Amino acid sequence: MKPTRVTNSIRTLRFAHGEMTQADLAERIGVTRQTVIAIEQGKYSPSLEVAFQIARVLGVPLDDVFQYPDPSE
Amino acid sequence: MAHQEKRAWIMLVVTVVAYTAYVAVVLTRAHGAPITEVAYAAALIASIVLAIAANVLLDIVTSIGTPRSEYQADARDKEIARIGDLTGQSFLVIGALAGMGLAMLEADSFWVANVIYLGFVLSAVLGSATKIAGYRGGFQTW
Repeated sequence: MKPTRVTNSIRTLRFAHGEMTQADLAERIGVTRQTVIAIEQGKYSPSLEVAFQIARVLGVPLDDVFQYPDPSE
Repeated sequence: MAHQEKRAWIMLVVTVVAYTAYVAVVLTRAHGAPITEVAYAAALIASIVLAIAANVLLDIVTSIGTPRSEYQADARDKEIARIGDLTGQSFLVIGALAGMGLAMLEADSFWVANVIYLGFVLSAVLGSATKIAGYRGGFQTW
């Protein structure tokens, strides 16, 4: 499986958001805790809808949650 | 481990064990005689029925104590399941086509039944292995 170039700051944002647990985030976006773990580790890229839900729950814009490297990098 | 990954492992292990047991029974019964003369039908049906029963039983056992939120398949589980099922289906088709070809060539019913059964087995094994690889190695939709 080709690794994704998309990175994320979910772990950092969870702690900044009242030390939200993976289970809490999972429950609020309607996925299992294992899926949140897989997203955080970059093993799974969620659907756009789930990505927006994560950003909304964490109270930040989507760009703050997911990053994609500039082609020149 | 995700509950759906556990289910994939159960399917993989049960399928391999059931098929290995079936082959062992058939080979033991052959005992040097032509394999097409072996009474295989009851053993084949028993291995399929017992494998289905074992799958259901083990699924129930592993579900006990698992919260409902973890038990239900989410978007990632469904995407991995879809890819796994699609991959497994290829062997189902190959098995069916091989069985059809053997029937048209008027091969012994032993070979027709067994090539179709092997197709089932390879379909389940490949499908489960694909799902496990999706959970272990990662799964990207972007």
